[in-house]
This record gives sequence, C-alpha cells and structure tokens, in this order.
Amino acid sequence: MKATWKHIRYVLGENPVTLFAFALFGFILLCAIFGPWLAPYDPLTTNAAQSLKPPSARHWFGTDALGRDIFSRVLVATRLDLGIAFASVILTFAIGALAGIAAGFFGGWVDRLVGRLADTIMAFPLFVLAMGIVAALGNSVGNIVLATAIINTPLYARVARAEANIRRNAGFVEAARLSGNSEVRILLLQILPNILPILMVQCSLTMGYAILNAAGLSFIGLGIAPPTPEWGILVAEGAALMISGEWWVALFPGLALMTAVFCFNLLGDGLRDIVDPRRRT
Amino acid sequence: MSDVFDKPLLDAQSLHKHFPVGKAPGPFARAPNTWFGRADRPVPKLHAVDDVTFTLAKGETLGLVGESGCGKSTLVRLLTRLLDLTDGSIRLDGAEIGHLPARGFGSSSYRPRIQMVFQDAGDSLNPRFTAFAAIADPIRRLKPLPREQLWARVEALATMCGLPLELLGRFPHQLSGGQKARVGIARAIAVEPDLLILDEPTAALDVSVQVVILQLLNDLKTRLGMSYLFVSHDLNVVRLLCDRVMVMYLGKIVESGPAEEVFRNPSHPYTRALLSAIPHFMPGQAAPRLRIAGEPRSPIDPSPKVCRFYGRCPQARVACEQSMPLLQGVGQEHSADHSVACHFPITANAAREVA
Repeated sequence: MKATWKHIRYVLGENPVTLFAFALFGFILLCAIFGPWLAPYDPLTTNAAQSLKPPSARHWFGTDALGRDIFSRVLVATRLDLGIAFASVILTFAIGALAGIAAGFFGGWVDRLVGRLADTIMAFPLFVLAMGIVAALGNSVGNIVLATAIINTPLYARVARAEANIRRNAGFVEAARLSGNSEVRILLLQILPNILPILMVQCSLTMGYAILNAAGLSFIGLGIAPPTPEWGILVAEGAALMISGEWWVALFPGLALMTAVFCFNLLGDGLRDIVDPRRRT
Repeated sequence: MSDVFDKPLLDAQSLHKHFPVGKAPGPFARAPNTWFGRADRPVPKLHAVDDVTFTLAKGETLGLVGESGCGKSTLVRLLTRLLDLTDGSIRLDGAEIGHLPARGFGSSSYRPRIQMVFQDAGDSLNPRFTAFAAIADPIRRLKPLPREQLWARVEALATMCGLPLELLGRFPHQLSGGQKARVGIARAIAVEPDLLILDEPTAALDVSVQVVILQLLNDLKTRLGMSYLFVSHDLNVVRLLCDRVMVMYLGKIVESGPAEEVFRNPSHPYTRALLSAIPHFMPGQAAPRLRIAGEPRSPIDPSPKVCRFYGRCPQARVACEQSMPLLQGVGQEHSADHSVACHFPITANAAREVA
C-alpha cells in the first residue's frame, strides 16, 4: 500500500502534464460533489428582472433568458454529467472487458458471438444508435447511461479481445494451469490484470466520449429534460441566442464540457503509468 | 542400471496426438468431380506425436532430444496433462491419468505430482505477479498452507533455489534471466512433484548461467528425490545429466537407451547425424560429419508404411519405403534396453567401418 502511494507520487512528480490532469480531475470531482452547496444561486430559480445579463461580478457567467445564474447552473450540472459518464463507463467496462477477454481467451463460439455482436453495434452510426435506444426506452437518466454504455462496448471488447488473445498461450497461462488454476481463475486473476493498464487508458478516453454523448443527447432534446441543469441542455439553450449576441449563455457550459473531455483525455496516459507495474523501477 | 528402477513412475503407452489441419468441409462442399455428391473428405491430421511408448523410473533422468518441430513440446504437454491425448495411456505410479480431460486436470489429485520448468522463464512468469506470488501460487491452489507457514515455505524454496530473499518482492522485469529461471524452478518444486519435466530449462540463458542452473537442478533432484524428463537441444548436457535418452523424429521415438550407450553407439542414422553435429574442440577428435540433406517428410497424414526418416536418410533402401520400422532392441549384451527404429541399424562395427 505504501509502495503504491510512493509510486503514484513518483509518476505524478515525473510528469507535470499528468499532475495537471489529475489536479483538474480533482477539481471537477469537487465541483461534482459540493456543487449544489457552492452555487451562489439556486440553479432553478428564475428572475425576469435579471434576464440575459452579461458576465459581471454578481453573475460570473451571466444569466440566461429566464434570469437564472449560469455559473450556478454549470456548477450544479457537473454532478449529473459526471455521474452519467462514470456509470456508463463502469457498465461498459464490466460488459465490454469481460466479453472481450472471454472471446480472446476461449476463442471458438464465444469469440464468434462477441465478435458479431460488436460488428453489429459498430455497423450503426453510434450517435444515431444511442438516439434510437433512448427514443425506444424512454427519456431517463438510466436509459442515457445504458445507451452510452452500449455504443462504447465494442471498443472495449475489441481491445480486450486482442490483448487476451495474444496472451492465451503465454507461458504464464500454462504455468497457472500447472499450478491448478481453473480457466475462469486464469482469465480473471492472470490475464485481466495484464490487460488492465490498456483498458484504463481506454476508460479514460471513453469517459470523454460518454460525457459528449450524454450532452449530445440532451442537446438534441433526447436526454435530460429541462429545466434540470445539464451541460448539453445549457449549450442547447444558448445556441439560439448566439446569433443575437448573447454569447455567454452557450460559451460557459461549452467550456465546462470541453474542460472535462480534455481532462479525461490527458488522464489516460497518467493512469496507465500508475496501473502498470512495469513502470515501477 | 535398469534393475534399480523396478517399478516405473511414469508409463506412457502408444501416445498419439493428432491435430486437425484446416477446416472440415462446409455444408455446401462438394465431392470432387460430382455435381451433388456430398464431400466426405476427412480433415487432414497433423501427427505431432505418433505411437510413443516409454517408461520413466523413480529417480531417473530421462533425456528427450530432437530437432524443432519433431513433437517434443507436444509430448511434454501431453505428459503434463495440458493437452488431451488422441489415443494412448499415461500411467503415473500405476494409476491411469491419460483419460482425465486436460481442462479438469487442475483439480485432480495428480496435478501436484507432475510439474514443469518452462523453456522461457521470462514468458512463464506473469508480469503482474511478484516472485513471491509466483512461487506461492501453486501452493495456494494445490497444497494450501496458513499464511505464516506459506511465507516460511516460499522462503525455504527460494533459499533452496539460490534466490536471495530480498528479491521475493520483485516483479519479473526487475529480475535477471538467471533469477527468473530460479523463480520458475522454485515454483515447479513448490508442491513437491514426483515428476519434474524440464522443457529446455537453460535454452534462454547465457552459458555461464546455464551451468549454475544445471548444477542446481542436479542438486535438487537428489535432495528431493524427483524424476526428471529433460528436454534439450544441448546434447552434451543430456549426456552429462541423463541416465537414459530418447531421440525423437517427426513424432516418433527413433532410438532410446542408456545415455552412454546411445552416445557411444548411435544406431539410428538420425541419431548419428545429430551426434556428429556436436562441435568438438579438438580438430582430430570429431567424428566425421554426417550431413542430412533435404527437408523432413510432411507430418500431415504421413503414410503409415514409410519410414519417417525416408528421404533424408543417407542409407535408405527399398524396404524403408515399404514398411515402417518399429522400435526394437539392438541385441548387445550390455544394452538390453537400447532400442532403435530402423531396418538397417548401424552396428558398432559398421560405424567403425564408416569412420
């Protein structure tokens, strides 16, 4: 445990970009947890007298058409967006990684089944597929999570399959069989830990996709229903006002969205370094 | 020697392992030259191990030599029960283990009795497992011990294999080739096997380390009373360590016998060619080079009537193409169990004439 901490500190100290990414991630996480208490205004309270005010000391990010404080709305939305992204990535990871390593390790009909399912999902334009799933199952947070998870699963399954496949005949797998490990044990305790660093990078990248996807669904009106603050909806609300010069309504939620995606993309490399013991020297 | 080992530890009878090559004909495959005839062509089979019979006595070291692709590794995997037999029987201490499916063998009570040291120590260690975890894994799975005793046992094993205890916390990439080999050996002997199979244990090591590891293996054998099946390319090592030796060619044993006897009087032309390829230091001492020309015969659906060595054999005659030679004793008084699969075995006298 102590060695792990030492190692994490080493990786972060060695690489300032990773340190920055982790700092940013920590900041976003804090916003997600404490957002509702930190927000200076109630994100849902309208105030007709204050509608469409540009950024000022009172309203840092300005106000929207109904006079709601955009800073508070962006801050409060963090929890929902991050929650959707986390939940869907965990779901994707569980399904995709397990199906993928099983396909790569066992081969045969498991491989064919997983491969064809992944091909089928990949054959759709992914965002349209997500739209279809949400439209069919209904507008709820659960269904957005599910749709986002489903469209990302093939990516995981493919990566996990390829990595498991090159290790299925490795010497350490045979050695594990000689040591009396069952096939499932070998899969979960010998092969999975070796693939984990690669999947971690994938996780961090899909986290970005997941946020964009959830926001995208909301943007076109298939996701979270207004007035709940959510980055996609906030951008959508502001999009129409861009033309008339009220740039701040769309810009700030868009920046928040961009920062989050940027942060997760940066995080990938750092995570791999932390999870991979071959980097421990 | 042979009367010392009265009851064999391992008794392998006519082992066969055939791998199907390519695909079975699909549902719409048509027999050649017909319009509707359904193809019933059988799938071609690669005969990796073909009718191999041998015994291994308690405390014996049996060498297995042969060129790459001759089926050594497949035979080893059959014996360690990592692969299912196509046909044949393997008896360990009189109990039949050949019919147990390889998939479930891990939970069999025979699992701890046959262990193996792998060719490439680096590849055989999980990069995510420390040396301690690697050595402890077979103990945890096969002969569980309480936590403190497990530590003590792993440390004892490491000491026995000459692995410094401070290296136990390291991952494989932090160990040298020789240290990895020691971890692999410690893991293999952790559950006190009766039979240890050494699959070219020194092939991936440099020469100075090879000697040390071979000494360690020889030392462990006498201390723990194991039997060894020693697979190697290095004929000098085989001569040094092994009581008996088997020579394998294209899935078949072509010659077997006491190591000294086989090395002194090789009777199969292939064995002779192998032995003449050993480099000698003194120019005059080398036996005349016996080169074998040509490619080995195809192991896919080989004819059961033609000698496997036919086509490369320098002394092939018509008979070699008409019937497969079987392993039979080359009757000499001191070498009752020296046998060879050749119609025209080279006798000691004939060999001298050639030389």
